[in-house]
Order: sequence, then structure tokens, then C-alpha cells
Amino acid sequence: MQVQLSHPARTVEVKGPKKVKELLRELNLVVEAHLVIKGDDLVTEDEMLYDGDQIEIRPVISGGSPRFTPHVSRLTSQE
Amino acid sequence: MNCTKCKTKAVIGLPRHNAAFCKGCFNGFVHDQVARAIKSEKMFGKEDRILVAVSGGKDSLALWDILLKLGYRTDGLYVDLGIGSYSEQSHAKVTKFAEAVAASHGAALHLHTVEQEAGAGIKELAQLIHRPTCSTCGTIKRYQFNRVAIEQHYDVMATGHNLDDEAARLLGNVLHWQEEYLDKQGPSLPASVAGFAKKVKPLYRLSERELAAYAVLNRIDYIVEECPMAKGSKMLQYKEVLNRLETESPGTKQTFYWGFLEKQSKKQPTETTMTEKDRAVLHPCTSCSQPTTAGVCSYCKMMARAKTVVPR
Ligand code: SF4
Ligand SMILES: [Zn+2]
Ligand SMILES: [Zn+2]
Repeated sequence: MQVQLSHPARTVEVKGPKKVKELLRELNLVVEAHLVIKGDDLVTEDEMLYDGDQIEIRPVISGGSPRFTPHVSRLTSQE
Repeated sequence: MNCTKCKTKAVIGLPRHNAAFCKGCFNGFVHDQVARAIKSEKMFGKEDRILVAVSGGKDSLALWDILLKLGYRTDGLYVDLGIGSYSEQSHAKVTKFAEAVAASHGAALHLHTVEQEAGAGIKELAQLIHRPTCSTCGTIKRYQFNRVAIEQHYDVMATGHNLDDEAARLLGNVLHWQEEYLDKQGPSLPASVAGFAKKVKPLYRLSERELAAYAVLNRIDYIVEECPMAKGSKMLQYKEVLNRLETESPGTKQTFYWGFLEKQSKKQPTETTMTEKDRAVLHPCTSCSQPTTAGVCSYCKMMARAKTVVPR
């Protein structure tokens, strides 16, 4: 199956059949930081994926310093 | 995996709640978490006008979407930082959402363009005035959001900070024992002095993964790319560590952050002490009259310096 990854954007080929959970483990990716999308649909960790499936593994963590920090007197430490 | 509620096929598992949901039940769960946050932290009511800070990312667009669907009166504000293709793309996503979704609810989008006011994008500006980009960015966003909220008479401004953001920030503050910041880590900050808007974080009960799932399921087109300045940031490192822990022991992040909030609420009447502290140190900027601890606020100082170095 074709697996599309981000940061940096790349595509890898992985042999199926394989559960979502196993795919993530094989790629050394943490469940809590990713969503797995098959075609257009979100799938759970126990879903079986087959050769020929179009898979996207999307990272969900956005970094950055504060997208916004509070008031002047409440400056946070992460600036 | 089947939906815990209606037993149809689930689209997402939520280990920290020991549950899994189909799309419909998941949307219900998300809306419910936000409604609970708004109520328990007394953020705002149905009559209030809310300004939502939107960046084009999943959290802020999901926030705007959720508040509109819950029937709140919201408008958006986008600050164009002028960071090359990242800003172009995120601007396009915000405009698209505003036109396709928000407009039908009667919501408007405000826009502030850094380059127009400062004469340069955030990166060049930061270089010229010798300050880190993210700190320059923070000053500008903070200032502009507050300015628009006050000038346009919004009752409150809402940002898309989620459970991961708050837990990571708390971890950072605890690791460095920055106790003075702990008081200010609540999801609802009152308008302590005239000239400052009330600020709230209605997504503090939802994780980043849940918000990304909400965006994907509801076809909210957001910018997946990161701001290029975020690379290697401390925040990202803390989030990574927390997510490793979360995967091993689901519920770690909420236990950490919500537990902290609970302790804080028992400890002190935060609002009054914080408000009193603010009142003692803040007074209007002599140039723009936004509250500041100095004579001239850091934003005005920055703009003054920019004017001397940026060729017009
Ligand atoms: S990463 Fe830095 S420059 Fe980019 S949006 Fe966040 S604070 Fe601003
Ligand atoms: Zn269901
Ligand atoms: Zn000023």
C-alpha cells in the first residue's frame, strides 16, 4: 500500500495486510500524535489495511511558540 | 472497533475516555466538551460577541466552526504574518472557511497584515530589530487581537489552545519552576483593566488529535504545514514527550493539566489577586493607550524601531 507521510512530505510503500496499529508501530510513530486516513475516511487502530489502499498518516501536533499569549503582565515563558 | 454510544462502526478511538465514536457521536462529544468548558469556566454567554483568533490551523478553525454550530455570535481575526508561502496558504484557508462556512452564520472575518503596518514581514522585522521571530510574532498577535477586540467592542476573545498546548506549557513552566507563570495558566482570564479584553480557551478539554479528527471528519480544510519558525521548538519537544506518556498511559495529559486547574481553583481566589496585581502595575501606553507596565508599550516601541530601520 502507498502511505503518504508529512514533515517532510514523502510516500513510502508498505506491504499489507496490516492493522493500523501495526503500521504505526512499524514506522515508529506514536498513535496519540497521528491520524490515519484511508481514502477519505478516518480509521481506528484495529482497522485492517490491504495492498492497494491509499493511506495518509497525518501528524496532528503543531509546534510553535504561543499561537497567542495572554496579556502583557501575563507574558508566558515560551517566547 | 464500534461506537460506544450507537454501536455502528467507529471512526476514532479515544483511549483517555475509554471510548470510541462514529462521526455523529464524535461531533456530539466534541461539542459537549466545549460547552462544558464554556460553562464551567464562565467564558461567555449567547448574548456576548466573541472574537476568534484564527490562524488557518486545525485548532482555530475547528474552534470557530464549533462555536458557530453551538449558536454563539462570533467573528474571526486573522493576522497575516508575511511568512512567504506559509502565510499565503494559511490566509487562503481562513478566507475559504470564512466564505464557505462562517458567512452563512452571519460571521465576519477581520484581517491585519503585518507588512502593511510594519513595512516588512515578521521574519525580516525580527531581524531588523534584533529580536527572536517568535517573540516578535507573539507581541504583534497579542497586541492586534486585543486592539481589534477593544476597538470593535467584543466582549471576549477566544483562542484555539488545546489540551496539548496547555499541558506542554505547564510542563515547561514546572520544569523551570516558573511559578509566577502558573497563576496565568487558566483557560479563562478576566479583563483585569480597561483596555484589555477578556481571553478564553474553550478547547482546553480536547486534545490535538481530537481536534485534527474533528477537522478531517467535518471537511474543514486547514493548513497541515507548520509555521516554518516552529521547527525544533521547546513546545514541540514537550508535546512529544507527553504524547509518548499518553500512548503508554492514556489520560496522562488531562490528569496533569486538569489536576493542576483543580488545585489552583482550590488554592486561591485567582481572579481577584490577578486582577489586583494587574491594576497595580498596568497603565495606558502614552502612545496608543493599550495597558502596559512601561511608559510606552512593547508594540509601540517595536513599531518605532521598525520605522527607523525599515526602508519604506
Ligand atoms: S512559530 Fe513563531 S513565528 Fe510562527 S506563528 Fe508561531 S510564534 Fe509566530
Ligand atoms: Zn455513534
Ligand atoms: Zn502602545
